[in-house]
Amino acid sequence: MIEKKKSGYWLSHLGLCLGVLFIFFPVWLAFVGSTVTQDDILQPPYPVLPGPHFFENYSSALFQGGPDGYDTGQISVLKMLINSTIMALGITIGKIIISLLSAFAFVYFRFPGRKTFFWIIFLTLMLPIEVRIVPTYQVAANLGLLNSYTGLIFPLIASATATFLFRQFFLTIPSEMVEAARIDGATPMQFFKDILIPISKTNIAALFVILFVYGFNQYLWPLLITTTPDMQTIVMGIKFMIPTGDDYGHWPTIFSTAMLAMLPPVIIVISMQKFFVKGLLESDK
Amino acid sequence: MKNNVIFKGWWLPLLLVAPQLIISAIFFFYPSGQAIWNSLFLPDPFGLKTEYVGLDNFTFLLSDSYYRASFLTTAIFSISVSVFSMGLGLYLAVLADRLIKGAGVYQTLLIWPYAVAPAIAGILWMFMFNGRIGLISWYLGLLGYDWNHALNSGEAMSLVVVASTWGRVSYNFLFFLAGLQAIPKSIIEAAAIDGANFWKRFRSIIFPLLSPISFFLLVVNIVYSFFETFGVIDIITAGGPEQSTTTLVYKIYADGFIGQDLGSSAAQSVILLVLVGLLTVFQFKYIERKVHY
Repeated sequence: MIEKKKSGYWLSHLGLCLGVLFIFFPVWLAFVGSTVTQDDILQPPYPVLPGPHFFENYSSALFQGGPDGYDTGQISVLKMLINSTIMALGITIGKIIISLLSAFAFVYFRFPGRKTFFWIIFLTLMLPIEVRIVPTYQVAANLGLLNSYTGLIFPLIASATATFLFRQFFLTIPSEMVEAARIDGATPMQFFKDILIPISKTNIAALFVILFVYGFNQYLWPLLITTTPDMQTIVMGIKFMIPTGDDYGHWPTIFSTAMLAMLPPVIIVISMQKFFVKGLLESDK
Repeated sequence: MKNNVIFKGWWLPLLLVAPQLIISAIFFFYPSGQAIWNSLFLPDPFGLKTEYVGLDNFTFLLSDSYYRASFLTTAIFSISVSVFSMGLGLYLAVLADRLIKGAGVYQTLLIWPYAVAPAIAGILWMFMFNGRIGLISWYLGLLGYDWNHALNSGEAMSLVVVASTWGRVSYNFLFFLAGLQAIPKSIIEAAAIDGANFWKRFRSIIFPLLSPISFFLLVVNIVYSFFETFGVIDIITAGGPEQSTTTLVYKIYADGFIGQDLGSSAAQSVILLVLVGLLTVFQFKYIERKVHY
């Protein structure tokens, strides 16, 4: 114990509490907005304590996309949540599978073109989809992938971070393990399935959290590739609820939707915190 | 790769890398090539044919004051977000590191904004300053300040910076906390025994030991602000007012999809491609030194 002064200790708590307050404040206001009526919000000042309309607001948003008699032209938020979840899981599982396979090949085989392919995959590290957005959109459109889950998922799978992470991990596995498996007559795929995958479990879990958050929170790509409401994901669908110009919009619905959009990735991060921290600290290095 | 134990055969490994190579070829290399190709052409206004114009798209872009301004906008935005989120993250991590108990609780309370989509973070902050319903803009109004980020470019920029910083603090906090916890306590105790107070210890021991991680975070945060903050900008300002929050990435989208100026958008992609390529090489050089021991 270095710091003997009590005051320093309490000041640390105070500083951290201020930080927590800054982090929570906007979400608290959004939560309050999801429990009151439209009139409560439109008459300033904005309420700071929750109202009694929690169930009403959430159920109308979830199942109708808005209150009765208010035509949003939107699909139900439940459908958006389902679309988002399918996209997030597709991206996550797809990335994990293709990178496990290629990392396995790079570490445990010597084959023609290995170096070249490795550098080709390395190049994909450099360019997020935002940079090549127009031509990627054209490719997706030409392949007939607009308004499809395939179109939402596949263009976002092409990235190398996961491959490099697994490659790094495989290189740390003692070679005695592979030797033993070979002496026991295991085929490469048996070794992959029975040994490599089980010992990679924590790495897979860590990557799962990071990639799920990445996939669920995609905004620009779904915005471009979905033109019909029924394929909208929640993170971009909410854009169309926000009033523009003199329009009023229905704020309790917007706030309920915003809360629901945060819920799945936040739950995953908090409940798998240990893996999340590991994944974050390792995947970006 | 030092691993000597390998399996034999060449068709199986090719089969294993094929999925990743095919997806990269279709959605990565072909579009990137397409961007380079398109940047050399100019479609006629009716989109019926395109004309080869060489580097005209580039020379036009570089003489365009809006495009040059978006470089400055991107720099101001990225540096502000990086500096503020790193500062706040470091500050909170130093405080949490000083606690004997409870650091874990604060960690849980502070890290979840990482999981909030930038677009949603944009909504959270936008409505607090909304001219019609916003809580903060209303109180500012009582104080006689008329907040309007739809008209005032300084206010628009501050708001997108604050919203992006809010979502980014948790990332920097985690990295700094891990960095602080890796510093041997004995070094710090020795300095304390020699009579160095907290600030002196921080300045002469902790901060120098954190400098590699700070450098790494600076690069990562700048790359993050380049790309991942698209949602924040689109929701809060849509690049306005008068393009004052139009970053390079936002301009590619705005010119390509809203303005339908494909040649210019492609040329912008190529310029950004080179820029990010340089940043990545820079970053990777550093990573190589750090991870490949």
